[in-house]
Amino acid sequence: MKNKSLVSITDFTQSEIEELLDDMRYFEANPNRRLLEGKVVATLFFEPSTRTRLSFETAVNRLGGRVIGFSDANTTSSSKGETLKDTIKMVSNYVDLIIMRHYLEGAARYASEVTEVPIINAGDGANQHPTQTMLDLYSIYKTQGTLRNLTITMVGDLKYGRTVHSLLMALRYYNPTFNFVACNELSMPKEYLDFCEENGIKYHATQEFSEEVINNSDIIYMTRVQRERFSDLMEYERVKNLYTLNNAMLANSRDNVRVLHPLPRVNEISQDVDDNPKAYYFKQAQNGLYARQAVICKVLGIKIDKGEL
Amino acid sequence: MDQNKKELAVAALENGTVIDHIPSSSLFKVVKLLGIENINTSITIGNNLGSKKLGTKGILKLADVYFPEATLNRVALIAPNVKVNIIKDYKVDKKFQVTLPDEIHGLVKCNNPKCITNNEPMQTHFHVEDKENVLLRCHYCERTVSKDEIELI
Repeated sequence: MKNKSLVSITDFTQSEIEELLDDMRYFEANPNRRLLEGKVVATLFFEPSTRTRLSFETAVNRLGGRVIGFSDANTTSSSKGETLKDTIKMVSNYVDLIIMRHYLEGAARYASEVTEVPIINAGDGANQHPTQTMLDLYSIYKTQGTLRNLTITMVGDLKYGRTVHSLLMALRYYNPTFNFVACNELSMPKEYLDFCEENGIKYHATQEFSEEVINNSDIIYMTRVQRERFSDLMEYERVKNLYTLNNAMLANSRDNVRVLHPLPRVNEISQDVDDNPKAYYFKQAQNGLYARQAVICKVLGIKIDKGEL
Repeated sequence: MDQNKKELAVAALENGTVIDHIPSSSLFKVVKLLGIENINTSITIGNNLGSKKLGTKGILKLADVYFPEATLNRVALIAPNVKVNIIKDYKVDKKFQVTLPDEIHGLVKCNNPKCITNNEPMQTHFHVEDKENVLLRCHYCERTVSKDEIELI
């Protein structure tokens, strides 16, 4: 198999996504496989993201590989004005795989064009974060037993939240029904509504996070409403509590419903939801490890022999 | 119609390129895009001329100048319905409407300030999503640029 980069979730076909879900299930059962023996992996974090970096580095370590890298661009020569291209070319001399996060959008795509070493995008600004999408898909698949015909309610910041956009696009193969719950300032951008229409995806956009919406959902995907997104702070004060989920609101929800959140959470999910078995966001984050193990093997073209333990 | 023909005959080209049906507001952008200010042969620029389709239009007549078709097609970025006549020996040798290519390298700036192309010494790259309404998608940051937002480099 040819080495290939993963920059955007749309780089993968439906069957590739399904193979990855299968691999993730394997890694959940067998997290310690020395498939990266003798390989060196770079984690280049031009923008700090402790959660994502630890998850990737754990994935490499559990696969028996070694990690080099940096977690803050201020300590590297990019702070001296080195171009991204030069940094990538230099690091490419040393490693078998580059995992990178960058504050600029399109940085990972560009990096993948200037080196032969495969690149995994660990987030490029507000653009893409495909391993997050893989762990979201796996979390849905695992808790519902399928990805097909589900009603998925997305709540909060649907305008800037890249996780909801990528998830929406990845689910296009599976006949979902979406509820988009957001205030006007943070509603789902038109291009994604158009995307739904072009792909025959049913959706319902509303400003009200009502009991009816909650009770008809299989997945409730919460996101953080960030203060800095608002031009009008009065508006922020008005809406911030409208899109908060508390335990009482789940009283009449479906048995199979699960609450997801990409984390970090601030106050959009009350603490009293944490002990409800329908809360899945911490387990969801753990699935990130398996997603990253599966994606790392995939881009390196490593075949996983699932028969041997 | 007869009168129109006469007017054209006055400035008829022996050899060269006529670029017609340019919306008046885009004429000087087309001049800049094709680098017409650097051409030394005789050039006729007409603007705010009557046009049934556009209301007013602009026209460029460039003596002894031929562009590669790909270069002329770049004009579609700012004026999608422009017609080009290639003149040889006073006759129209070839006539076509400019059309956008599927991909555009360089030329257009991505208007997302956080796009890598605005922060690295590199060429921009767009995929043309809608040729008729001119909608471009940045190959890198994946944001769209619509016709009214196009800024040439």
